[in-house]
Amino acid sequence: MSQPYAIIAEYDTPADIMAAAEKVHAAGYEKWDVHTPFPVHGMDDAMGLDNAKVGWFTFFGGITGLTAGMLMIYFMNKVDYDIVVGGKPLFSGFYAFPVAYEMTILLGAFGSLGGMFILNRLPRHHHPLLTNDRFAAVTDDKFFVVIECEDPAYEEATTRALLEGTDPQHIEMVEDAQ
Amino acid sequence: MSDAAGQPVQVVETHTPKELVRQPLVLNNRPLGWITEQVCSIVEGKMPKWWNVAFVVSFLMMLMCFGYIGYLITTGVGVWGLNHPVAWGWAIVNFVFWIGIGHAGTLISAILFLLRQKWRCSINRTAEAMTIFAVICAGIFPGIHVGRIWLAWWLFPIPNAHGIWPQFRSPLLWDVFAVSTYFTVSLLFWYMGLIPDLATIRDRLRIAGKKLNSGLDWMINRFKQFTYGFFAMGWTGSNRHWRNYEKAYLLLAGLSTPLVLSVHSIVSFDFAVSQVPGWHTTIFPPYFVAGAVFSGFGMVLTLMIPMRALFKLEEIITIRHLELMCKVIIATGSIVGYAYGMEFFIAWYGGNPYELYAFKNRAFGPYWWAYWIMISCNVISPQLFWFQWCRTSPWFIFIVSIFVNIGMWFERFVIVVTSLHRDYLPSSWGYYSPTRVDILTFVGTFGLFMTLFLLFIRYLPTIAISEAKGVTPQADPHHELGGAKPKQEGAH
Repeated sequence: MSQPYAIIAEYDTPADIMAAAEKVHAAGYEKWDVHTPFPVHGMDDAMGLDNAKVGWFTFFGGITGLTAGMLMIYFMNKVDYDIVVGGKPLFSGFYAFPVAYEMTILLGAFGSLGGMFILNRLPRHHHPLLTNDRFAAVTDDKFFVVIECEDPAYEEATTRALLEGTDPQHIEMVEDAQ
Repeated sequence: MSDAAGQPVQVVETHTPKELVRQPLVLNNRPLGWITEQVCSIVEGKMPKWWNVAFVVSFLMMLMCFGYIGYLITTGVGVWGLNHPVAWGWAIVNFVFWIGIGHAGTLISAILFLLRQKWRCSINRTAEAMTIFAVICAGIFPGIHVGRIWLAWWLFPIPNAHGIWPQFRSPLLWDVFAVSTYFTVSLLFWYMGLIPDLATIRDRLRIAGKKLNSGLDWMINRFKQFTYGFFAMGWTGSNRHWRNYEKAYLLLAGLSTPLVLSVHSIVSFDFAVSQVPGWHTTIFPPYFVAGAVFSGFGMVLTLMIPMRALFKLEEIITIRHLELMCKVIIATGSIVGYAYGMEFFIAWYGGNPYELYAFKNRAFGPYWWAYWIMISCNVISPQLFWFQWCRTSPWFIFIVSIFVNIGMWFERFVIVVTSLHRDYLPSSWGYYSPTRVDILTFVGTFGLFMTLFLLFIRYLPTIAISEAKGVTPQADPHHELGGAKPKQEGAH
């Protein structure tokens, strides 16, 4: 059973999509998005989006790496296998630092990439938009506004009229073939 | 401020600021779709003849490398030229050489990103690929250098039946963590940059596949769609996604910057933490990092100059890009030259006779030829780039870049071998020469490197498509080419 998923409007230039995004945002929609071949500078403000939260994932990844690195070396060289080498102390934060530092970066990097995936709800390989032929140009040189039918403010006639008022090249409905 | 009549007084005269002419990063104001087409056609089309020839040659060289490694493992490290007093020879030289090559890729992808150098967008993908392949080549050498390679896993803290753990006071173990972290983070960064471009190829394949009904072409298309699509992770170019993506990209760049500086610092600790005259110096970390970036840019240019010509990418990787890379080479080459001079100064000024002897022996001892090859390639040849003609003639840059590669290999040879070959007592003096196995294993790693690189240009977009689009005026919503209304007279 297929049902309507969203209404999409296609634009040719970043300036057009920016103007359209401002209008859709002003109209109070929530479940809508702008799709572009590259990040358009200033679009977050036009859409009214706040700061991305990826940094928290990086931060906790990094803290975990640093702590795990230090504890690992403490356990291995001071507790479980305590052998004096070259008269050096069994544990010192100085010699443990390079390894703990690398682990901070390693887990921080995994946190950043993983955080990006989690916050974006990716991977999602089956998406109604990925079945639309016109939408395929979004990774090439076209710009799209997508308003989902589930949006509380969505109403076919008014939403379409709103989009038509933004000078799009094309408007169409995307079906969700479930 | 207002005058008596209540009218605001204009204090500063308004005027239109002069627009400085900025060289475009993609020439001839090509439309956005042109960039997609230009880059994707390499992946989608048939490879030219030279690619097949180059691939066969590289592949055979790679097999030779693996063959010699097999010979080494089955016979023992005696097949190399190592002996007392030189117990670190070509293997360590090659390791440092390859790991250094990688540093330019991270510098371009991370440090130039943080410094908002937009020109990096045309070259970062290739440079990052180079980093990953160079680190793979580098990683081989310490692995096979341990002698009993079946025990190489002892390098990692893995619980074992002996109840023993690695010894973390040793810089060699720091190196294990530095290099493996470097490889992993570079791979993550590279992959993340690829996601939007893989989605581009996926979408193009989907549209192209509509015209095919069945048959072999259809099956290949379906298979490619699946593979590229799988790794594109369902990317749809959503701005809500781009927002997190850009933040994560910035954070990865922020993490890679201290990482790349730490990796070659830690590699230099392998030497500097020891007590050997010629190695035990505090200048090593910055000197190694500068040398690494220097050698890496040499390799980037060696790869990119033929690539841009063969695939007709001159409008995306412009002369200006080459010129800017040459400027990085002058900067880092000069730092390296300064470090060579400073090493000598400190050897004299420090008053340690062994240290001074080690340096005199470097320049005028039995390995004088290696030292002067190093000086001429690393200190003299990059200085030619002060002349604009030298920076803007691709064939000339290509030749100098080869000199840089040679010079930087010799730098590591000089550091490793000349410091070891004369111990404190003349009874432990010697002259180290590589064997056929040493030489051909190293030559073979170029085969491995080129095989991976050729596969990369065959199957993945060599230019970061979305990033290259992002720096064109067509992508700027406030620029006329980006669809903005023409500026009003007098407005600013």
